[in-house]
Amino acid sequence: MTSGYFLPFKKLRAAALALLLLAIPAAARAEGLDSGDTAWIITATALVLFMTIPGLALFYGGLVRTKNVLSVLMQCFAITALMTILWVVAGYTISFGEGNAFMGNFGKAFLAGVGPDSLSGTIPEILFSMFQLTFAIITPALIIGAFAERMKFSAMLLFTGSWMLLIYSPVCHWVWGGGWLMNLGALDFAGGTVVHINAGIAGLVAALVLGKRKGYPNTMMMPHSLTLSVVGASMLWVGWFGFNAGSALAANGTAGMALAVTQISTGAATLSWMFAEWMRHGKPSVLGAITGAVAGLVAITPASGFVGPMGAIAIGAISGIVCFISATTMKRALGYDDSLDAFGVHGVGGLVGAMLTGIFAAPALGGYAEIPGIGGQLWIQFIGSAATIAYSAVGSFILLKIIDMAVGLRVTEEEEITGLDITQHDEKGYNY
Amino acid sequence: MKYIISIIKPGKLDDVREVLSGIGVTGMTVSEVKGFGRQKGHTELYRGAEYTIDFIPKVKIEVAVDDDLADEAVRAVVSAAGTGKIGDGKIFLLNLQEAIRIRTGESGSEAL
Repeated sequence: MTSGYFLPFKKLRAAALALLLLAIPAAARAEGLDSGDTAWIITATALVLFMTIPGLALFYGGLVRTKNVLSVLMQCFAITALMTILWVVAGYTISFGEGNAFMGNFGKAFLAGVGPDSLSGTIPEILFSMFQLTFAIITPALIIGAFAERMKFSAMLLFTGSWMLLIYSPVCHWVWGGGWLMNLGALDFAGGTVVHINAGIAGLVAALVLGKRKGYPNTMMMPHSLTLSVVGASMLWVGWFGFNAGSALAANGTAGMALAVTQISTGAATLSWMFAEWMRHGKPSVLGAITGAVAGLVAITPASGFVGPMGAIAIGAISGIVCFISATTMKRALGYDDSLDAFGVHGVGGLVGAMLTGIFAAPALGGYAEIPGIGGQLWIQFIGSAATIAYSAVGSFILLKIIDMAVGLRVTEEEEITGLDITQHDEKGYNY
Repeated sequence: MKYIISIIKPGKLDDVREVLSGIGVTGMTVSEVKGFGRQKGHTELYRGAEYTIDFIPKVKIEVAVDDDLADEAVRAVVSAAGTGKIGDGKIFLLNLQEAIRIRTGESGSEAL
């Protein structure tokens, strides 16, 4: 039918068909990628990276002596770079690849199959991978606090690199990647076990294996710049919104509540450490206030998606007091040199947080999780914590011993006295 | 000539400088030092670890004067730097063998 009368009808039919074909992918996109979620997680990724460089770097850097400040900054910076490559090559796939209850397979090694259009929930999978990378960066960076001022740079690179692949990634898989702890119902919203208990225990083992700094505890080893430490701790507080609220992987009410409980817990912990120190020593200290804040941030991490504001007050207040005792009284009583309290704050705080999550996640106590009763959930949290402690302790010990045999872990006594900045890097932090 | 070394409390530096200028002492060298005599130190606390700090910050002022100005200079420092409390500091007098102005080569009292 080629008469002029029917031509417009054919054109109309063709146009209708074209519109329909265009509409189908749009409809599919509406169920897939959410641009609000994606925009938030891009921001959260930047916030969590900021927590390591320069947040943690400055926090730790200010706490060491002048002659070692660069070594701390360098360790954080180098870890950031190293974990980035190791993560995209193998870490991501071990953590989040399809696998078994223990670890992911190597199907996504070198980010195979992860293109710009792959999705993970409502965000691009590549973005999910980068967000998780920032966690894989900060977790080994936390450990450096335990062996500050005495570890060889080469040994530190080998240890943190192998630790991320062999300890962090499997535990990440257990809890977040479809592994056995996830299937057990363990509640860890943003990394109480995966990040803080994991790093804290590794730190304790490292402190014990490397031994005490020369002169500890009788020689004065004062923070060379609490000013830098306050700046760093403040960056950690702000960045932690990305850590906890970002772990909602969406821009929604859960993220909003996670942000709120993060803020509340940190406020409570800052005050509880500050008042505890005020009562014990007669004056509140800046170092105490900022350490209390970190203790509150650590403890709320596993709980952040599951507890309510009042639960957050309790979690923060308790963590501030418990970590105050563990980083001061307990550390001195037991005699180990956990230089910057990686275990005292992150290990202990993570454990406190993981267990309290089991309690305050209960709807009866203002929580939002479906749990098999408080007793039942506490038991699950205990299993998760105990398994992480055992695996991290044994695994870290083995890695350290192997690296010690290969290159030696600790600098020489003379290098330690001169300082790591000059001996490991030929540089001084300050030249005035 | 005499070389006068004064160890004083840091907050008193401006007062001492003013008074010395007033009696005709035209130059001085100042350094930040630490030390102790009978003044007790203080404690500092870092995460539960208490340190006793023995050394207290002080300021050292060094001036070179003619013999006939020495007594007046010492009295000036004492009046300006003293508070009556422990920790005011000390003054040491040394005999100065020679003094030279580098720019011109002058020596002796001309160089002061």
